[in-house]
Amino acid sequence: MLSQAPTLADFGHDTWWVIIIKVLAAFVFGVVMTLLGVWFERRMIGWMQVRPGPNRAGPFGLLQTLADGLKMAFKEDLRPRGSDRLVFLIAPCISAVCALTALAVIPFGPIVSIFGERTPLQVTDVPVAVLVLLAVSALSVYGVVLGGWASGSPYPLLGGLRASAQMISYEVTMGLAVVTVFMLAGSMSTSEIVAAQASNPELSIGGATLAVPGWYVLLLLPTFVIFAISAVGETNRLPFDLPEAESELVAGFMTEYSSLKFALFMLSEYIHMVVASAVITTLFLAGWRAPWPVSVWDGANQGWWPLLWFMGKVVLVMFVFVWLRATLPRLRYDQFMRLGWKVLIPLALGWVLVLGGTRVAQVSDLSRSEQLWLGGAVAAVLLLAVLFWPARRQPSRPSPAEQVAARPPGSFPLPPLDLQVPPSPQARRAVAAKRTAASGRSEAEPAVKRPLEGRAGTDPEGGEQDG
Amino acid sequence: MELSAYVPIIGLFGLAVGFAVVSLVAARIAGPRRANRAKLEPYECGIEPTPQPVGGGRVPVRFYLTAMMFIIFDIEVVFLIPWAVAFDQLALGGFLAVTLFIVAVTIAYVYEWRRGGLEWD
Repeated sequence: MLSQAPTLADFGHDTWWVIIIKVLAAFVFGVVMTLLGVWFERRMIGWMQVRPGPNRAGPFGLLQTLADGLKMAFKEDLRPRGSDRLVFLIAPCISAVCALTALAVIPFGPIVSIFGERTPLQVTDVPVAVLVLLAVSALSVYGVVLGGWASGSPYPLLGGLRASAQMISYEVTMGLAVVTVFMLAGSMSTSEIVAAQASNPELSIGGATLAVPGWYVLLLLPTFVIFAISAVGETNRLPFDLPEAESELVAGFMTEYSSLKFALFMLSEYIHMVVASAVITTLFLAGWRAPWPVSVWDGANQGWWPLLWFMGKVVLVMFVFVWLRATLPRLRYDQFMRLGWKVLIPLALGWVLVLGGTRVAQVSDLSRSEQLWLGGAVAAVLLLAVLFWPARRQPSRPSPAEQVAARPPGSFPLPPLDLQVPPSPQARRAVAAKRTAASGRSEAEPAVKRPLEGRAGTDPEGGEQDG
Repeated sequence: MELSAYVPIIGLFGLAVGFAVVSLVAARIAGPRRANRAKLEPYECGIEPTPQPVGGGRVPVRFYLTAMMFIIFDIEVVFLIPWAVAFDQLALGGFLAVTLFIVAVTIAYVYEWRRGGLEWD
């Protein structure tokens, strides 16, 4: 039997009709996954919030998204007056096209035969496949930013600005994270990264060797965590959906979009989510390879079965995306940028160095002087890190009183800044009663109680107000 | 590896472009046209829209700082990726070179951090 796992040499030899079938299949996969993904998300969130979710159109409400899409086609296509005509039109197309193109290098399965043609179950694979993914997801920033800018309206502009800074920040983190994947796999092609996770490396702990599964989620756990967080940031999903934060920016960059242009933005958002799930599956969860209990069966990694494992893993990752949305509140923008620039990037850089050092020490048979060199280098890095470690200095903020004093004359009057809630009338009455009771219990108590009761009986509103 | 492996990417790209164009045209054909002055105004929760400066006006300088940091780090990633792919061949020499490189970039990074370039408030 021929080897089922495709290598780079297996790509680029398909006949034209196989290419067309695969391209169409990938496109349909993207669109259908969007239709089902929206439904899945709404049902899941409904389930988590103890309500039914969409359940009218079709069985279990499965056709809800399709109905929504059809409805959108019959809605008025508006373009606000101050908008830029051409850019406003192109922006949603950029988003959707970039999101769909990313599906070209996702490995869905091993070599199968389609109408007698043996071909890998992947549209194509190139030596720089992961770079293609990163590039395409980077280009889709343009859709969001230009869409926000071209609307000629304040909310979309703010959303587009946020998106620009957010997506480029998390792209850096993503790029640094995949570096460690390349280090272990020795390749940037997605099919070879999947193949590299098939081997079971032997781990020796205290003399006993055991074969661990080669999934990078285990071997590269820090990378997985960093990559997953930045993937959520890159796809503008909650808790990082600041470009479209409903409670702050109405709908962010897509506020002014209607009709199918809006649908294109929605489509691209969900395809992004599907692609992100598929990339996480490919890079860290061994792609289409069967998980452990199933992989005991020999046929699990052959034929069309791997498509099932792949879909299962993708749906699992998508479920985590939805779960995050249902669980976590949205971050503030400064918190979000701090997480990206001050936590994730130093972590990713440090992890690259740590992994590189460990691998070098393992791989190369080091002589004495080389060991000294290596130790010296690590010590130098540590020294520099300590030397330059940002000082934890509390920025001196002016107190509220100082801020009030610094206001120019003629400013608006301010409410009290001490934020003390005045006690309720009831509490005040109770306190007054207690105080008089403490001062002179014997004669004051009936004298105080009587007028209060009398007032409450005759004029309750007056008592409420000034009591 | 021939360039023929890139053809399907272009194919999918073309299909996606076609899909986007068809949806735009379909919306144009199927949708009604009953625009009025209020509908065409930029949405600002119902108040009279504030006049917008041409080209979006001024933007806080933090965004430019972030963009500059992005370029620095993206170049770093660009240099790290080939090293990572050829990691086993380059072995110790490559690792030491990359360590020096990362330290050099980190100095710029720490400088910006200390000068408050990463603060958003």
